[in-house]
Amino acid sequence: MKNATLHAFNRLAFGPRPKDLGLEGRELEAYIEGQLYPSEIGDRAVEEELSALDALNLSGLELIRKYPDRRDQRIGLEQLTRAKLTRALASERQLNEVMVDFWYNHFNVFAGKGACRVLVPSYERVAIRPYVFGKFRELVFATAKHPAMLFYLDNWLSVSGRVPARGRRRGLNENYARELMELHTLGVDGGYTQQDVVEVARAFTGWTIEGPRRPTFFFAPPLHDNESKLILGREITAGGMREGEQVIEMLCSHPSTARFISTKLVRRFVSDDPPPALVDRVARTFARSDGDIRDMLKTIFGSEEFVASEQRKVKTPFEFLISALRAADARVENPGILARFLGRLGQPLYAAIPPTGYPDTGADWMSPGTLMTRLNFVTQMAVGRLPGVTIPGREAESIIRTLGAPEFQRR
Amino acid sequence: MDRRTFVKGVGASAITLGFAPHSLFGQSSRRKVFVSVFQRGAVDGLNMVIPFKEFEYRRLRPTIAIPDPSSVGEERILDLDGFFGFHPVMAPLKPLFDDGRLGVVHAAGSPAPTRSHFEAQDYMESATPGVKRTTAGWMNRYVESTADAEAMPFRGMSIGRSLPRSLAGRAATFTIGSVAEARLNGPAELYRQLYAGESDDIVLRAAREMFSSLDFLEGKRPGRYAPEADYPPGRFPTSLRELAKLIKADIGLETAFVDIGGWDHHAGEGSTRGALANRLREFSGGLRAFYDDLGDRIEDVVIVTMSEFGRTAKENGNGGTDHGHGHAMLVLGGPVRGGQVYGRWPGLEREQLYEERDLAITTDFRTVLGEVVTRHLGARDLDAIFPDFDMGEPLGFL
Repeated sequence: MKNATLHAFNRLAFGPRPKDLGLEGRELEAYIEGQLYPSEIGDRAVEEELSALDALNLSGLELIRKYPDRRDQRIGLEQLTRAKLTRALASERQLNEVMVDFWYNHFNVFAGKGACRVLVPSYERVAIRPYVFGKFRELVFATAKHPAMLFYLDNWLSVSGRVPARGRRRGLNENYARELMELHTLGVDGGYTQQDVVEVARAFTGWTIEGPRRPTFFFAPPLHDNESKLILGREITAGGMREGEQVIEMLCSHPSTARFISTKLVRRFVSDDPPPALVDRVARTFARSDGDIRDMLKTIFGSEEFVASEQRKVKTPFEFLISALRAADARVENPGILARFLGRLGQPLYAAIPPTGYPDTGADWMSPGTLMTRLNFVTQMAVGRLPGVTIPGREAESIIRTLGAPEFQRR
Repeated sequence: MDRRTFVKGVGASAITLGFAPHSLFGQSSRRKVFVSVFQRGAVDGLNMVIPFKEFEYRRLRPTIAIPDPSSVGEERILDLDGFFGFHPVMAPLKPLFDDGRLGVVHAAGSPAPTRSHFEAQDYMESATPGVKRTTAGWMNRYVESTADAEAMPFRGMSIGRSLPRSLAGRAATFTIGSVAEARLNGPAELYRQLYAGESDDIVLRAAREMFSSLDFLEGKRPGRYAPEADYPPGRFPTSLRELAKLIKADIGLETAFVDIGGWDHHAGEGSTRGALANRLREFSGGLRAFYDDLGDRIEDVVIVTMSEFGRTAKENGNGGTDHGHGHAMLVLGGPVRGGQVYGRWPGLEREQLYEERDLAITTDFRTVLGEVVTRHLGARDLDAIFPDFDMGEPLGFL
């Protein structure tokens, strides 16, 4: 039986709560449309809960100043983790949270790398969250300038070959330039060469931070390689910071980027093997709308491929845990146990080490060992033995029958 | 059924994985085992296996050098071969060296120049130094590339709180905090009903493998288990104790991962006593107990220790050492030709040091691991495990 409601909540949200399953027909359509405009959705309860998390709104520098002792600085990541779980569990703006999760993972920054530990709260808040339904290029601009990305992919160390080596700044560092093209925009087969990587790296010299203890973005003309570059066959004349901006514009209007981003979105929302015809249509939307993410999502949600893809995806550990808690109307007082389960399942929050982020196909997440851990989570939850988590009275066996079933491993 | 009776039922019907030290019935899956021990935080290899005949050693380390083997007093270097010696708290491992069951590979490590813990660990666990986008860990690639129809999905396991990078990837592996955790809690029969079915669906396939492995383990359910050695306190020895249980149960384990942190001694590293000595005591005591506990099973086991990089040859102004380059790896186990220090010694003169400050690397860690993977585990396709790496001549410790 087709269950459009379950399908919509499995894909646009982190699974349905019991009360969501009543939405049908026109109401469901209105819900889907509404999810694309989160600012018009009231979310008082979550906002109130988050208002107690004062470190969430601090920049990296503010966090360092407020908590000079390194050990105390953990509060930033702790609160961010708590906020992520709260929002995923309870926010009415579910698609917004799905997209924040998606784009953070696309522009991944590992919170465990040095200064990133104090920078990730502001990274998600300033560089990701405002743009998740906007133009794709806005995300690239915002992440390129954020101290978290500059530190994570070493661009803050990258200087013109003419600048004498000093401290950790020893010439050109290609790390960001390469990932900008391979992972953020064009994709691995997107048609660039090693020489393009070098030229792009030269264009971004001078996009820096003062250092891990003063992590604020600025453009440093003395570090910049101020000569013209040849990128993807086009000359970029010397122009300081403008060069990097031109590169981003160029990459974001490239057909490879439209295709790469469309493929990734379709993989997230439709199937591990993205249907090529749908990818084509989404890529055309990208090209036509100047990379408008909301328009691309509309193309996906309105497609036959989307409707026909029920239960096609295996839930990631995060999706599994959150959807189980939502389905059981769980109240989470202390998210520590969830963080531990995510670690054991291989998906600790803000801790994907490589710039690829976490993978998004079932084969990466489903194995005998992880299935055992998933089922143990369900059992523990059903019998009320998840510390810090309470669920309203429902028979343990009926919880296991639904949340422990193979269908619940999928979305 | 109310929650309370259900909870009781859960206890009674849980599929438990207890382990018999030696399988009494059922199929045996006794296999060669490799154990990876990762010293997270960058160990000071020069104070772990000390080049005491090196003239520069004492000059570079005025306060943290360990007293010479010839000095008077109990706390002095344990002479291994007249040139190198163990830190005195490593006494539990000295007899293994003398018996030829433990060898050292000095000036070993990862060639990537990075001095970032996270980057260097990532490079080492993916075993692709310099390549950041490798998604699978090298031990997972081993499991994947040597797929074996008869093997249980316990070929790769780690004991710890979270899945280590070394084991991450597509091949099935298990991460458990303890053996007691390696079980499916809850109503086993209900779960079996729910996941019945022969389809090739990825979820049902995982379930079939899960049940068959748990059944297999059930067949090895013991009476009481007691380790055959006294493990010192600490998380690392406890993990090894759990690992020994798994190895003795013959569940088909081939590669195991355990880590031990706390090596990042920028200040107050100490000499014969202090921060480093405390970590080395737990490290050595744990390894020795593990060795003894395994009894004759040690003949099938090779253990390799490694760290993301070493530390500066010269001590810093705070009685510690900073992030360096080369360090020393230990190889121990039944099949090991120990009793010697392998690798070419690069020296500690200023011009011999890497970037004039750190112990240089003369043996790539993959050369050490490659020898274990080929000669001990019998893998043939090394390129699938260590891509784009020419391991060269094996050192010959196996």
